[in-house]
Amino acid sequence: MKAFTYQRADSAVQAAAAAVKRGAKIIAGGTNLLDLMKLQVETPSNLIDINRLPLDKIEETPDGGLRIGALVRNSDLAADQRVRQRYGILSRALLAGASAQLRNKATTGGNLLQRTRCYYFYDVTKPCNKRNPGSGCAALAGFNRIHAILGTSEHCIATHPSDMAVAMRALDAKIETVNDGGDTKIIPIAEFHRLPGRTPEIETSLRPGEIITAVTLPPPPPGVQLYRKVRDRASYAFALVSVAAIVDSTRGRIRSARLAFGGLAHKPWRSPQAEQKLVDAPADTTTFNAAASAVLEDARGFGDNDFKIPLTRRTLHSVLAEMTRT
Amino acid sequence: MDEQDSVTDLNSIEVTRRTVIETGTTALLLTTLPRAALAAGPVDDNEPSPPPVTVELRINGHPHSLTLDSRTTLLEALREHLALTGSKKGCDHGQCGACTVLIEERRINSCLTLAVMHDGQSVTTIEGLALGDNLHPVQTAFVEHDGFQCGYCTSGQICSAIGMLAESRLGMPSYVTENLAQPAAELTDTEIRERMSGNICRCAAYPNIVAAIKQAAGLPT
Repeated sequence: MKAFTYQRADSAVQAAAAAVKRGAKIIAGGTNLLDLMKLQVETPSNLIDINRLPLDKIEETPDGGLRIGALVRNSDLAADQRVRQRYGILSRALLAGASAQLRNKATTGGNLLQRTRCYYFYDVTKPCNKRNPGSGCAALAGFNRIHAILGTSEHCIATHPSDMAVAMRALDAKIETVNDGGDTKIIPIAEFHRLPGRTPEIETSLRPGEIITAVTLPPPPPGVQLYRKVRDRASYAFALVSVAAIVDSTRGRIRSARLAFGGLAHKPWRSPQAEQKLVDAPADTTTFNAAASAVLEDARGFGDNDFKIPLTRRTLHSVLAEMTRT
Repeated sequence: MDEQDSVTDLNSIEVTRRTVIETGTTALLLTTLPRAALAAGPVDDNEPSPPPVTVELRINGHPHSLTLDSRTTLLEALREHLALTGSKKGCDHGQCGACTVLIEERRINSCLTLAVMHDGQSVTTIEGLALGDNLHPVQTAFVEHDGFQCGYCTSGQICSAIGMLAESRLGMPSYVTENLAQPAAELTDTEIRERMSGNICRCAAYPNIVAAIKQAAGLPT
């Protein structure tokens, strides 16, 4: 681990002011950052510890939603009765991620900012445009079983590893931030994470020195919620494919649906085209297949991950069938 | 370093550990440990050390004041600075659970957190569970059910199990909890296995670990 100076922030604005400086990095749970620092993938020269800031509350909002402080731990968010009763998809997605020890430490804001688990991003001896811009992408012609099939570029085929963020994408969460000047901003989650394009090293729309203070959830949309994660082992593994679905249906007919996907892209993936195929449609195989085809229209495999295309189709089919069973 | 130097270094560590165990102080350790042991991970000797940090920890009920390289993980503070070697370094990346300890009674991976981040907090390790010669009920259950083979993961398994039972008592759900709306899930074998998935046992003592946890939870085994 490279040497760094350590400081504890007294306020979010003070943390943002310290974070704007070159080489500075915010630390919250640290479960991803310290792992990357040990491997020298991340080499901050100054760590700003925000764990003592009062950002650990979950509050009701006037419109019937919830406001989740950036430092609420994943385990506390998953166990909150309001989340369990109204946003079951979020609770389930959180509990699908990592281990209990990690969830006790990992925070809401940090989870959104997780880095990819691409093997080549982690291996500092290999080219990686995300870690070392311009060096190339070793995953394109390498072992790419866990990599993206949607929204990729010739510069990067990494996936976003979070389960939580996939559920938040389905719930249309909003991310609250503050910068070093004290200005606050609200970023819809759809605009928060970026596709790799030519700059895979820029993963979110956060500006330097801008830090997450909270995530707000609008009131839950009508319908049932389901999070399905497909992975190599039954627990404690990243998703190959995950689906967060909210489906409003009655007597075999779907009124509306929201579909978000994990494990497929550089960001939690939402498919408006697929959702459109489900509006006012019969809950049958033809409809489910049309929705899957819409999600996968532009999908492209890179060899080892070709299987994700049929796996996504089957997982979505299974999820929709289960949710509309009469 | 020549052979004579390494012998001297090893001796100094040996003497220091014994001294700490006898006196319960940490000052000697800090002055005699090789520099490499003060940092968490590879040290680049060409770089100047960062300014040291001080941290107050309450470990197994006893206050400790430590002056550390800021890079020191909680696990390394316990093992290398306080000679509490019960918590194990397995993967050092939060994947195996051998380093599990309780911070303010919640289980975490001590390898993936910096000691300085826990200033003022209480830490419970495997060394702090027994009351004199009386083992903690989870320790007793692991012995009675043979919940280990080589033993390397055991201290992490036991600390994790204690944290898990507390989470269960608080009604916290798991991924396999069928009904999230119910206040508390029954600790079935499936629930225990899911909740303990952050602790790997390469001897695969899992059936006996589950049995031990059920006994400690007061369930039929």
